[in-house]
Amino acid sequence: MNELHCLECQIEPTEEELYSQLDDILLEYINKPGALIPVLQIAQRIFGYLPEKALKKISLTLKKSYSEVAGVVSFYSFFSTQPRGKFMVRVCLGTACYVRGGKEVLNSLKKELGIDVGMTTDDKMFSIDVGRCFGACGLAPVIMVNDDVHQRVKPEKINELLSVYKAGLNNTIKEAV
Amino acid sequence: MINLIINGLEVSVPEGTTLLQAASKIGVKIPTLCHVPNKDPKGACRVCLVEVKNARSLVASCAMPASEGMRVFTATKRVRDARKTVVELLLSEHNGDCKTCDRNDDCELQELARNLGIDEVRFEGERAKYQYDDSTAALIRDNGKCIKCRRCVTVCNEIQNVGALFPQGRGYDSVIGPAFAMNLDTVACVQCGQCAAVCPVGAITENSHIDKVWKVIDNPEKIVLVQTAPAIRAALGECFDYEPGTLVTGKMVSALKQIGFDKVFDTNFAADLTIMEEGSELLMRLKNAIVEKKEAHLPQFSSCSPGWINFLEYFYPEMIDNLSTCKSPQQMFGAVAKSYYAKKNNIDPKDIVVVSVMPCTAKKFEAQRPEMNSSGYTDVDYVLTTRELGKMIKQAGISFRDLPDSEMDSPLGRSSGAADIFANTGGVMEAAIRTVYELVTGRELPADNLHLQPLMGLEGIKTASLKIEGTVPAWSFLEGVELKVAVSHGLGNTSKLLQRIKDGEEYHFVEVMTCAGGCIGGGGQPRFTTDEIRKKRMSAIYREDEGKTLRKSHENPDILEIYAEFFEHPLSHNSHNLLHTHYNKKSPV
Repeated sequence: MNELHCLECQIEPTEEELYSQLDDILLEYINKPGALIPVLQIAQRIFGYLPEKALKKISLTLKKSYSEVAGVVSFYSFFSTQPRGKFMVRVCLGTACYVRGGKEVLNSLKKELGIDVGMTTDDKMFSIDVGRCFGACGLAPVIMVNDDVHQRVKPEKINELLSVYKAGLNNTIKEAV
Repeated sequence: MINLIINGLEVSVPEGTTLLQAASKIGVKIPTLCHVPNKDPKGACRVCLVEVKNARSLVASCAMPASEGMRVFTATKRVRDARKTVVELLLSEHNGDCKTCDRNDDCELQELARNLGIDEVRFEGERAKYQYDDSTAALIRDNGKCIKCRRCVTVCNEIQNVGALFPQGRGYDSVIGPAFAMNLDTVACVQCGQCAAVCPVGAITENSHIDKVWKVIDNPEKIVLVQTAPAIRAALGECFDYEPGTLVTGKMVSALKQIGFDKVFDTNFAADLTIMEEGSELLMRLKNAIVEKKEAHLPQFSSCSPGWINFLEYFYPEMIDNLSTCKSPQQMFGAVAKSYYAKKNNIDPKDIVVVSVMPCTAKKFEAQRPEMNSSGYTDVDYVLTTRELGKMIKQAGISFRDLPDSEMDSPLGRSSGAADIFANTGGVMEAAIRTVYELVTGRELPADNLHLQPLMGLEGIKTASLKIEGTVPAWSFLEGVELKVAVSHGLGNTSKLLQRIKDGEEYHFVEVMTCAGGCIGGGGQPRFTTDEIRKKRMSAIYREDEGKTLRKSHENPDILEIYAEFFEHPLSHNSHNLLHTHYNKKSPV
């Protein structure tokens, strides 16, 4: 599910192809109870975010009211209705990370990328979000870049950390979820 | 049975009973702002806290099941203090001003604060964000006043199966509303107003037409006709502290005359007209199916309830041809007033203003549907709910309880008992069968007091069948046919019935009313409507019907006259033009 398109050759699938992937997923989940959240997660993986058209399709197919779908999407900070960068950088501001300098890490990140929380860089590479505890308090402060967890992050070394992604050198690179 | 002691009083209740229910059984009132009767508790408002001996903390009585030997205290100092704090916290966020609120004097939060003796709010902090939504014809939402109790969410999702409202966002910033906290017109809302009927505060109310109605009454060039739906007479009294189920028909007419309406007419007249048209349409469909062997789109669905029309258009567009093409009585009245009545009385229809008093908010939406103007003029100009009429009577300084009884004006004021029962679930069906059976057989419906017992009462889905025998020659093709009918009320029940029909259950005629109990439980009725109150209003309506000598629509002399003078016969060209309509398929997203 993660290898939706080849990062190396950079051929982007068309919108039509993405929606046909969504159709396949919906077919699989259509009569399963509790399908909404898994379908939303997969849809976000397909599109990189949750476009209105996809949400409406999910609402119609799963027979969940659009207001309920929107309620679930807006409840969880992991869901986004805005297009996001290839790399989603999440800074933990849970209690442990906060007291160990999570806020400074976030400020450094914002400065480095020149964007605020919830925004995406112009080259569509990075987006910033904040989280409340990733369950890795012993490693505080923690940030996540897509599925990679980075521990004991130092604000002054953010640039170094990001450069790996900028260069496409990280071999655990996965699509933004 | 489980035995427990509440405030020193012994009480036995079946297993699964909550402390809130057990307390109410022995007359101990526990306040609650979020509970909806017969629905799972949400525990959202925390107002119903009680003390249970040996329990670690106070418990929410709406969600706590009674257990053997429990000792419960509902008014100790600890409970009183906690409730007071909870309500103070709600008030500290509540962004509203009682003095100018639509719910002033009819607000559960205000009443609770008064009862708890709150004379100051100790907390000061951020207030809910003001978000005013008047995007729909029927309803006004004001999120600043919302206390997030979620009653509206419960009725919209669990009772009506519409799902227009749902909590959006998270934590302090969450709002109760349509998808992504947008305006109500961005989602599939049927505008039934059941949310407004259960809202404890002024966060959802009807879109008031009171000022507009005063304006036309004050305009000497306008002839303002008012029509009152059957359900009003059984509920308006509640605005003036009458017992629920008190019939106030005569006083209502007097009040409307004193307010200054030029003529006081009855939607009941149009209900009788509806039966003539809708009954004839049913017979035509049956003929198409049985004799002509043509696609007849059976069962025929009733079309009186505008929330139901919206529901079908949004969620079951594939069944749109099953809907009767008859306009609702409200709209038929308007069309007749601006054509037949205008002509008969030499009035230019442009000078006529039709105001209706409805138990319903969706009627405000229906009145402004663009197709509702076949006379060349808008059928109905303004719609007041029962609650709005109550307010207007108070604004006019009328002492309602001291009013004498008056009679409706003629000719659009005379009606049969069959029209009265339109207010109750099962009533339209009973009224139609009273007429159809007699037309087809030449004999009166063989039912005790003309009532179809299986179609009465609050059961969510009711069905009945009736064998047609001894037909008159014109309808001989119906000889031996078993007429099968079904009735549902509340849109959640309606979804279930529609699924049964899709799965193969066969009916000829189906009556659907949007709101639980039918119009007597409408979204525009005095608050708060419980099943007990529904039953009282329903029995009042049946009393009104039984008290009349005229019990069948086709015997109403004014109906016979309008056909003789104007429409010729049901389903005529003229009646198709004025009394029938069409529907639009819509998507729920």
